Amino acid sequence: MADDVKDKVIRILAEQAMLEPSDIALTQTLEDLGIDSLGLVESIFAIEEEFDIQVPFNANSPQDSAFDISTVASIIGAVEGLVAAQST
Amino acid sequence: MRRVVITGAGTINALGHTVGATMEAFREGRCGIGRLDIRDVERLTVQIGAQVKDYDESAQFNRQQIALYDRFTQFALIAAAQAVAQSGLNFQGELAQRAGVIMGTSGGGLTTQDENYRAVYEEGKNRVHPFVVPKLMNNAAASHVSMQYNLQGPSFTVATACASSNHAMGQAFATIRSGVADVMVTGGSEAMLCFGGVKAWEGLRVMSRDACRPFSANRNGMVQGEGAGMFVFEEYEHARARGAEIMAEVAGFAMSSDAADIVMPSKKGAARAIAGALTDGRLAPDDVGYINAHGTGTAANDKTECAAVADVFGRHANDLMISSTKSMHGHLIGGTGAVELLACIMAVRDGIIAPTIGYEESDPECALDVVPNEAREASVTVALSNAFAFGGFNAVLALRQA
Repeated sequence: MADDVKDKVIRILAEQAMLEPSDIALTQTLEDLGIDSLGLVESIFAIEEEFDIQVPFNANSPQDSAFDISTVASIIGAVEGLVAAQST
Repeated sequence: MRRVVITGAGTINALGHTVGATMEAFREGRCGIGRLDIRDVERLTVQIGAQVKDYDESAQFNRQQIALYDRFTQFALIAAAQAVAQSGLNFQGELAQRAGVIMGTSGGGLTTQDENYRAVYEEGKNRVHPFVVPKLMNNAAASHVSMQYNLQGPSFTVATACASSNHAMGQAFATIRSGVADVMVTGGSEAMLCFGGVKAWEGLRVMSRDACRPFSANRNGMVQGEGAGMFVFEEYEHARARGAEIMAEVAGFAMSSDAADIVMPSKKGAARAIAGALTDGRLAPDDVGYINAHGTGTAANDKTECAAVADVFGRHANDLMISSTKSMHGHLIGGTGAVELLACIMAVRDGIIAPTIGYEESDPECALDVVPNEAREASVTVALSNAFAFGGFNAVLALRQA
C-alpha cells in the first residue's frame, strides 16, 4: 500500500507542477516544484478525493496544521498516516 | 464641484436589525459570530458564521413578496426602508428621475439557487417555481428598491466580490458629483450563509473554524457574515436647501486593479486605491484619523493591508487608528463595505471608534493601532473604508465630518 500512496501523491503533485512524475524528487519542496498557494489547495483537494480522506489544513497557518507540507516526502508521510488512520 | 452627503442609513446584520443597534454593538465590542443554524450544517467543516438572528421573513413580507424576494433582496429592502425614512425624501416628479439605486452583491440570490439546485438534483424534481430567475438574479435587490421608492434614474448592480459595496457606493458618489443624479440609494446586500455558499468557501482553506481575529498574530482565517447596509447619498445643496440632517460627507473615492493574482492581495494595488481616495477628495494624509480596514482575519490580507497603510501614510500610520469590524459582523462579502461604512460614520459623526475584537496577540507584521477589543473616543475629521477583493479589485471611500 505504501508505494501506492507514494505514487499517487507524486502523480497529483506532478500534474499540479506540470512535470513528469519521474522528475519529482522526495526532497523537493512545493516551492521547488513551482506550486503556489492555489496549487497547494488544489493538490490537497485532489488528495482528499483520491484517498477519500479529510486533510487538516488551513492556509492561514500552514505551520500549525497537523499536515506537514514541507517536502514531497513529508506530504507522502502525512497522507500515509491519514490513510492508515482511515482504515483502522 | 458638486459635493455629496449622506442623509440616511439603514442596516440589518448579525449585530442588529437597525443602525442604532449595530452602532451600539460596535461601541460595546459585541460579537455576532456563532454556530450556524442552516440546513445540512453537520456536513460542513466550517460551522460558524455571523447570521442575522431573530429574523422571520413572514413578519416582514407577505407571501407574494416572499415568492419574489430572495433573502438578500429582503435584507436590502429592510435596510433601504430605514435609510429612505431617515432621509425624509419622497421620490416624485422630477426628483424620481434624478434618483437611482446602485447596489453591490457578490452572490445575489444564492440561497434561491441553492434551494432550487437541491430540488432538481438531490430531490429529483422536474419542476421549479416560475420566479426562480427574477428571484436569484444579482440585480433583483436593486430592482425591488427602485420599484419600492420610484427611483427612475441610473440604477444597476455591481459584483466585484468583497469590494462590491464600495464600488457601488463609489459609483453612486460619482453619479451625483458629475451631475447625472441628485440622490442615490446605495449600499450592498449579501445572504450567502446557505450550505452551498459556505461549502464553496471551505474549499479555499482560508476560513476560521472558531473566530475572526483580524491583525492578531494567532488569526486563522475569515468568518462569513450576512446582511445589508443601505444609504441615501444626496447632493449637498439639495440636502441643505431642504434642511436635511447630514450624517457625513462622502469626500473621495478611488479604485485600482492589481492585475496580478486571482486571490493573493497586493500591497501596491491596495496602496494605490488608498492614496487615490485621498487625492480624489483633496485630503492630506494627516487628515485621516480612522480607517475601517478590509481586515478579513486571513494571514495574507492583514499583513498586506498594514504594509499598504504604512506605505501611504508614512509616520502618520502610527498616529491613525485602524480597526476591522469584521471581527463582530463577519465578512459580508458583497455587502461588507456597506455595513462597514457605518463604523466610519460613527467615527466622524459621534467620535467613537469601533474596535477590532478577538485581538489576542500582537503581530509585528500588523504593527498599527488596531483599536484592540474596546471602542475608543476620538475626534476624527476624515475616515477611510477599505475593500480589497478577490480578483485584485480595490475600492476605497473617504468620509469627512459634516
